[in-house]
Amino acid sequence: MFDWGPILLALAILVGGVAGAAVLTWWERRLLGFWQDRHGPNRIGPWGIGQVAADMIKLLLKDDWVPPFADRMVFIFAPTAIVVAMMMGFAVVPFAPGMQIIDVNIGLLFFLGMTSLAVYSVLLGGLASNNKYALLGGLRSASQMVSYEVFMGLSLMGVVMMSGSFSLVDIVAAQRDVWFCFSQALGLLVFVVAGIAESHRLPFDLPEAEHELTAGFHTEYGGMKFAMFMLGEYLGLMLISCMIVTLFFGGWMGPAAIAHWLPPLVWFGIKVCFVINFFVLLRAAIPRPRYDQLMSLGWKVMLPITLVNLVVTGGILLWLEEAV
Amino acid sequence: MQAAATRAASTVEERLYREFGEALFVDQPCADGVRTLWISRDNLTAVLTFLRPHFCMLYDLFAIDERTREHRAGQPAADFTVVYQLLSMRRNEDLRIKIGLAESDLNLPTSIAIWPNANWYEREAWDMFGITFEGHPNLYRILLPPTWEGHALRKDHPARATEMAPFEMGPERVAREQEALRFRPEEWGMQTATEDHEYMFLNLGPNHPSVHGVFRIALQLDGEVIVDSVPDIGYHHRGAEKMAERQTWHTYIPYTDRIDYLGGVMNNLAYIQSVEILAGIEVPERAKIIRIMLAELFRIASHLVFYGTFVQDVGQMSPVFYMFADRERLFGIIEAITGGRMHPAWFRIGGVSQDLPNGWQHMVREFIDGMPARLDHYDKMAMQNKILKDRTVGIGVYTEREALDWGITGPGLRATGNDWDVRKKRPYGGYDQFDFEVPTSNNGDCYERAELRIEEIRQSLKIIRQCVDNMPSGPYKSAHAATTPPPKERTMEDIETLIHHFLNVSWGPVIPAGEASVMIEATKGINSYHLISDGGTNSYRTRIRTPSFPHLQQIPLISRGLMIPDLIAIIASIDFVMADVDR
Repeated sequence: MFDWGPILLALAILVGGVAGAAVLTWWERRLLGFWQDRHGPNRIGPWGIGQVAADMIKLLLKDDWVPPFADRMVFIFAPTAIVVAMMMGFAVVPFAPGMQIIDVNIGLLFFLGMTSLAVYSVLLGGLASNNKYALLGGLRSASQMVSYEVFMGLSLMGVVMMSGSFSLVDIVAAQRDVWFCFSQALGLLVFVVAGIAESHRLPFDLPEAEHELTAGFHTEYGGMKFAMFMLGEYLGLMLISCMIVTLFFGGWMGPAAIAHWLPPLVWFGIKVCFVINFFVLLRAAIPRPRYDQLMSLGWKVMLPITLVNLVVTGGILLWLEEAV
Repeated sequence: MQAAATRAASTVEERLYREFGEALFVDQPCADGVRTLWISRDNLTAVLTFLRPHFCMLYDLFAIDERTREHRAGQPAADFTVVYQLLSMRRNEDLRIKIGLAESDLNLPTSIAIWPNANWYEREAWDMFGITFEGHPNLYRILLPPTWEGHALRKDHPARATEMAPFEMGPERVAREQEALRFRPEEWGMQTATEDHEYMFLNLGPNHPSVHGVFRIALQLDGEVIVDSVPDIGYHHRGAEKMAERQTWHTYIPYTDRIDYLGGVMNNLAYIQSVEILAGIEVPERAKIIRIMLAELFRIASHLVFYGTFVQDVGQMSPVFYMFADRERLFGIIEAITGGRMHPAWFRIGGVSQDLPNGWQHMVREFIDGMPARLDHYDKMAMQNKILKDRTVGIGVYTEREALDWGITGPGLRATGNDWDVRKKRPYGGYDQFDFEVPTSNNGDCYERAELRIEEIRQSLKIIRQCVDNMPSGPYKSAHAATTPPPKERTMEDIETLIHHFLNVSWGPVIPAGEASVMIEATKGINSYHLISDGGTNSYRTRIRTPSFPHLQQIPLISRGLMIPDLIAIIASIDFVMADVDR
């Protein structure tokens, strides 16, 4: 009999992802408001949650305008690319035991591949807009993402070594005793930094950099196309948070002693919320470094840390094998 | 030689007479006591060059249309006058040089080579009066649009829209105005390409999140590195100097609030002190201290906006909300005292509008008691942040010498090690009675400019505390005849006082003919109003010297070779408002 499970799950992720991103726009603003001594959107519906619907209505009703000087095809394609790539990334995330669209043995690589594809969206959007600010934004994103991709991949190799697999299910299973956030603390650090850079959120929102490039790569975008970029960004935020939880915080497993209190999916959800809130806090707290400072941080600090982590992890694993 | 020694007011003047001969100079007594010498055009460059080593700063350069002025006995004949006001910080001395020009021949040699900041001032004189400066490299309009016809500050130029033909913005007009806004690198002597690559020209502003209003700067970029830049101002020009010639001395006060719109009554202070000197008004003690307290409260309000936006412009999102919350507390106090918030227009010729309300001490005390702890908190949150330091330390550096050459005053100058603060060097309006320090530092970069302003907040708190502790009693308005509106207590009891009140309120006070300007240490640097009275109820010429104007002129110099984010940090660290630049 045909297995409808993955199809239903895919639909659920599609709907849940979009809805989650929409709610996140509201949640982030409320949380920022809380930290900044103000209210944030609190007028529509209970706690202002209706703001989500209001924003959607506004964005949907906006004139769907393509600037006459832009490269029309690419201009329209660019915002969809990021949404598609981020959505695809969710395919390999194990939300709970058996609750995964597809468990491929190269799940981790698939995820990395999809986030890399998202770069094209920013790049092409910046290029197709035929606007100098957008071009500078695209330029920045190209170099930023290419650099940070390198450590993003490398930072995860420690996890792969320790679990001996690229499959995300195996990686979660390998954390049954100890979460990788302890043994792979350096890997986690680099992955978080690279993750922010990949999802280009403050403090690493240089492609956008409101104060410098007005709105960077999406200066010329409005209405739903702009909303797609935003959707992509929030999907990216959720995806990165899911991956951090999966790779370093034991995925759907609760802490051993109290794991049976809640179902695995709820454990997963709680952890993801924590990570997302952490990202929002970063955004509220930290200024934006300059573009060249970001680059030198990447190549001069992040890369060495990653390599050291790799060598030490490998060494310890070999030594343990010898000892056995 | 003997004669020179008796006439000369200073040693520099004495040497000037010895060098050029005393007969060359005609002096004009001014109400403010600043030495004012008329010379002829032929000697201008020679005299200015001679004076250059003795005066570190060209404080101001402006023109006057003399054609309808009546009270100018003893002054050489002139249709238009150009005034160079020089400042020596070492000797704490001013000198005004005036040159009279005939309407048929409005031409002067440029003095850019002597003081580089003459550049924009000369453009302004050309824009407003049609005086040409020979040898000026870019004598274009600066405040008015390039398509403007006529020279706005001439007496025969209409001051109101109703005196001109109806304004229409048809399609051709739109096209013409748009075309006029196009940036042409060739006009500014910029190369568009080198042998192997082209430069990108980026139009930053007038609508841009980080230019603090409507400031436009055209950048010549090599990648993201700034090769050169051309600031373009005038988008916030409202003709404040022209309006002053229509308003009475009294009704012009609210306009001054809107010059440095973050400075509130600080602007009133600069204007009103000049009027009071012309009128010979001695302000009562209580009014003086009330004025100082309000001015310092506004200094804090302005610096808080600076602090928040500075941190925000380097990408830190949250602190600005804390600073604005504090500013809101301040506005609560200001509202309770004056009834207004940003623009109270509360100072009056001869005093202040009203006495302080009951219980004002408690509000002010509560604020000054709570503020230092919050400043410490912000310091940890923002100024100690490593990324913020990386973004601003060593960025936008200039030396003391460069600062003086370009007319930089205020914290921007004090960050280079110079401790010139008008409140200390020329205590005006009662500042000599206060105990406070003038913070200085030596590196002259973005970070230190910010740090100094934060320290100034603490010093202002100290001054305000002294005001609260020692507020004198007595009248809040002078009994002088020109005080406007006059104290009203007896108006309903005798006819003389009633007539006096009626005239001063309906016509406005008559201010004796003369010229005066008083420097004050405003929120952003030295501000002064050069007022010329022709013995009437309104000003003959009002020249507003604002600190922000020269500060912007210097941006290209300090941003060469840096990146766009650095330019944003520099712009943020200068602390200007466009209304203060364009007037």
